[in-house]
Amino acid sequence: MRTHAAPVGAPIELILIRHLASRLAVPVFVVDRAGDLVFFNEPAEAVLGRRFEEIRSMPFDDWTTAFLPADVDRARAVEDLPLVVALRGRVPVHRTLDIQAGDGTRRTIEATAFPLIATGGEMVGAVAMFWEIGER
Amino acid sequence: MKVTFWGTRGSIATPGAETTRYGGDTSCVSVEGRDPAHLLVLDAGSGIRRLGLVLEPAVTRIDLMLTHLHLDHIVGLGFFAPLFRPGLTITIWGPPATTPLVDRLGRYLSPPLFPVRLRDLPSSYELREAPAGPFAVGPFTINAEAVIHPDPAVGYRVAEDGQSLAYLPDHEPALGPDFPSDPAWTSGAGVAEGADLLIHDAQYTADEYAERVGWGHSSVDDAVAFADLVGARRLALFHHDPSRSDVEVDALLDHAKVARRGGDVVAAREGSPISI
Repeated sequence: MRTHAAPVGAPIELILIRHLASRLAVPVFVVDRAGDLVFFNEPAEAVLGRRFEEIRSMPFDDWTTAFLPADVDRARAVEDLPLVVALRGRVPVHRTLDIQAGDGTRRTIEATAFPLIATGGEMVGAVAMFWEIGER
Repeated sequence: MKVTFWGTRGSIATPGAETTRYGGDTSCVSVEGRDPAHLLVLDAGSGIRRLGLVLEPAVTRIDLMLTHLHLDHIVGLGFFAPLFRPGLTITIWGPPATTPLVDRLGRYLSPPLFPVRLRDLPSSYELREAPAGPFAVGPFTINAEAVIHPDPAVGYRVAEDGQSLAYLPDHEPALGPDFPSDPAWTSGAGVAEGADLLIHDAQYTADEYAERVGWGHSSVDDAVAFADLVGARRLALFHHDPSRSDVEVDALLDHAKVARRGGDVVAAREGSPISI
């Protein structure tokens, strides 16, 4: 018998943002407070070239490796990722960056990320909304 | 643990001949554990008034856990006699928010809505926001978890000696993604998983819910689905709609019993205790 709550449930803010994202036509990418991928929606699938149902969740190191082009300075590119800036700095941020889609193509996107800070002040994750502006 | 319902109604008190069996007072539940000097109270709807009148003299400490500050959950606070009794130690817990609890609660307990100000109460009371993670309250271990309901709101899990109660009086888990499928992505699952008794919002019929999506409440069917999803042993239908008569609650209970797959189901009734 469990006598206390285990982390079986995602924070309510993540549940709600995921629900909202699943109903939006703009690409949305959601990470938890550890930076691990927890959701991206159908419009994001079109840009990323990957289906969320095939990935489900993904640790931070894995998704940053999967979606960053192989020829960039990875450490620096990770530090510049809007989601990373939003999580670590607790601030909204806007960036233009290159990603590598699942089909191997390099795409340029603009992304706006913002932290999810609950009413109690705790960080629960971050969200990026993005759109493709080109293909190289 | 002994769980007693003092108010089971949602939204507004509904005294009258048609609500005598399940009761017309709004949300309030007491929980007695192994320490007779301590009483845990869940919410301060109009039902808390009667609880205050029959409080055992042995009780010297009360912890009042507010799930949220909608009026039907705090309206009885100003009529809770122990708050006016010097010598009692009372801690009022509430959901965290960007505005301090004292300011939020003070909006109700101050003129012109109420003649007595919060700061003028003679009992020894303290206001605290429910922290993240388990915390001890008297003999109980409490977990508070933010849940889907308009404005800051939490559900509580109360555990003692291996037994557990989950209290989610105002809750709309169906608003989450793909309900009911994955407990990890279901609001409230963290506090309700495997509970011996789950007290859950069951305000609407399925047809009523279809017209009230986003209002923060559940249909009886969703309450049953949630209970099955989290593996609650017994479900108590709660927060009865103010328009619902006793006969209609009976019918919803019959419906829930048929729908429930993995456990027992009852309809919360004022004055009717449940032992865990």
